[in-house]
Amino acid sequence: MKPFAYTAPSSVDAVVEALRVAQPGTKILAGGTTLYDLMKLGVEAPSAVIDVHRLPELTGISVTDSELVLGAGVRMADVSDHPVIRPSYTALAESIWRAASQQLRNMATLGGNLLQRTRCGYFRDADMPCNKRNPGSGCAAMEGVDRPHALLGASSLCSATYAGDFAIALLAFDAVVDVVGPRGERSIPLAELHVEPGEDPRREHVLDVDELIVRIRVPLTEAGRGSTYLKIRDRESYAFALASAAVGLVIDGAGIVTESRIALGGVATRPWRAVEAEQSLLGQPLTAAAARRAGEIAFAAARPGRTNEFRIELGIRTVADAVRTAGERAVR
Amino acid sequence: MSTNDVPATTVDVTCTVNGEPVQLRLDPRESLLDVLRERLALTGTKKGCDQGHCGACTVHLDGRRVVSCLTPAVQVDGLQVHTIESVTGPDGELHPLQQAFVDNDALQCGYCTPGQIMSGLACIAEGHTADDDEIREYLSGNVCRCGAYVGIVAAVRQAAQR
Ligand SMILES: Cc1cc2nc3c(=O)[nH]c(=O)nc-3n(C[C@H](O)[C@H](O)[C@H](O)COP(=O)(O)OP(=O)(O)OC[C@H]3O[C@@H](n4cnc5c(N)ncnc54)[C@H](O)[C@@H]3O)c2cc1C
Ligand code: SF4
Ligand code: FES
Ligand code: FES
Repeated sequence: MKPFAYTAPSSVDAVVEALRVAQPGTKILAGGTTLYDLMKLGVEAPSAVIDVHRLPELTGISVTDSELVLGAGVRMADVSDHPVIRPSYTALAESIWRAASQQLRNMATLGGNLLQRTRCGYFRDADMPCNKRNPGSGCAAMEGVDRPHALLGASSLCSATYAGDFAIALLAFDAVVDVVGPRGERSIPLAELHVEPGEDPRREHVLDVDELIVRIRVPLTEAGRGSTYLKIRDRESYAFALASAAVGLVIDGAGIVTESRIALGGVATRPWRAVEAEQSLLGQPLTAAAARRAGEIAFAAARPGRTNEFRIELGIRTVADAVRTAGERAVR
Repeated sequence: MSTNDVPATTVDVTCTVNGEPVQLRLDPRESLLDVLRERLALTGTKKGCDQGHCGACTVHLDGRRVVSCLTPAVQVDGLQVHTIESVTGPDGELHPLQQAFVDNDALQCGYCTPGQIMSGLACIAEGHTADDDEIREYLSGNVCRCGAYVGIVAAVRQAAQR
């Protein structure tokens, strides 16, 4: 690992000041379960890190009349067991609880979780060609193992999957991320936070290097109660998604779907909202056929690689099953 | 120009390890796992993958379980670290969970066992032991290459019932 300078400022203001004067190559460190891991592998090599893991201002979970407010430094484990989040934002709690292990959830923060990096094995292996890590070196996945790679949103340069779970559920609920930096504060809808690889696979999100996520806000919605996060993995627990879906529904007294939210995980280069699939459910009763059709619409634009075509049908069924589960919870 | 052998900075850290105060001057690159094993000679905590996958390096930080291989040691400043070396019964005999591992044949080679025990203790303290499915889910961060899982789940269930 390359040597790096370490500081742990004690307030958000001090972090912003440290970011303002930071040398090139400075990175924010939270739980370290992505950053420190990749530093050990030689994939990341910051010249300096600014540790925000224990900043008191980034902690805390609160519920107002209109939204749920989550500090960027809240640990994942504190969300999955939270007494309000579990019943009223079920998909959020499930997306966290089905991610990583309890040890990692005790360390990892929500802010770091959103910005976690892909698990593409070639990206994580500093000796392999990878356009994301080393622009212009090529993409080893194109000729190599592409089983876990993206079916949606890939470019000719990179098809790495966005691996996180939490952002998928946040996207379905129209969450907003508040950030602060030397040029002041701004709010970014989660839908605009991550970007597709396009011509520049290095760039994964729209934050500047000197911007700190301080909190995540999730609007209150009836669909939070009628929601689920379904994650299909190679094993029952403790693995990244082969396909996942966050679904939230509102169903009226006559059994008609009046609100519909669907986002896909594990299958795209960024958290992926399935807008047309959502719309296909609106204004009618929820049937098994409608759930299946929503899945088919969600994957209509999917383009498989050489060895991952099976994940299209898997993804369709994941959406269909999640829609049915959300529907059962919505009418309860 | 700094080379890979020279730290860019050193950081002074004070913490407790198994109840004993410890002062360390750290290169910020050092993991808690390496500090425990190489500097403090607490080799009960094992290094399996060194990438956060296997759980062999599980310790408790202020009572919560973490993987020490992905914990930069500088982050334990002011915190309490507990390792497998701190685990005993009230009179110095085996802790009930350790005894339950013996009773249920919950190991073969034993390499994963310190991590399993630290994780199992936390799982019980968290109250995530309602049934075998919940125990399995909350121990899924601890991999056992020997496949002693049936015994491990039985041991945690037995200790949780006491
Ligand atoms: C073995 C293993 C299994 C895993 N399984 C899953 C899984 O199933 N599902 C899943 O979703 N995740 C999984 N993860 C990923 C894990 O959830 C993330 O590594 C973790 O959430 C990152 O949070 P952190 O606080 O450790 O971030 P760090 O590693 O500290 O930081 C990650 C990135 O975010 C930046 N950053 C951190 N905080 C901020 C902030 N406040 N403002 C701006 N930038 C910031 C850092 O600069 C860095 O680039 C797994 C990880 C491991 C090691
Ligand atoms: S898919 Fe993307 S991250 Fe993976 S090797 Fe290709 S360029 Fe790199
Ligand atoms: S050595 Fe830490 S998780 Fe494997
Ligand atoms: S007993 Fe051998 S790895 Fe678990």
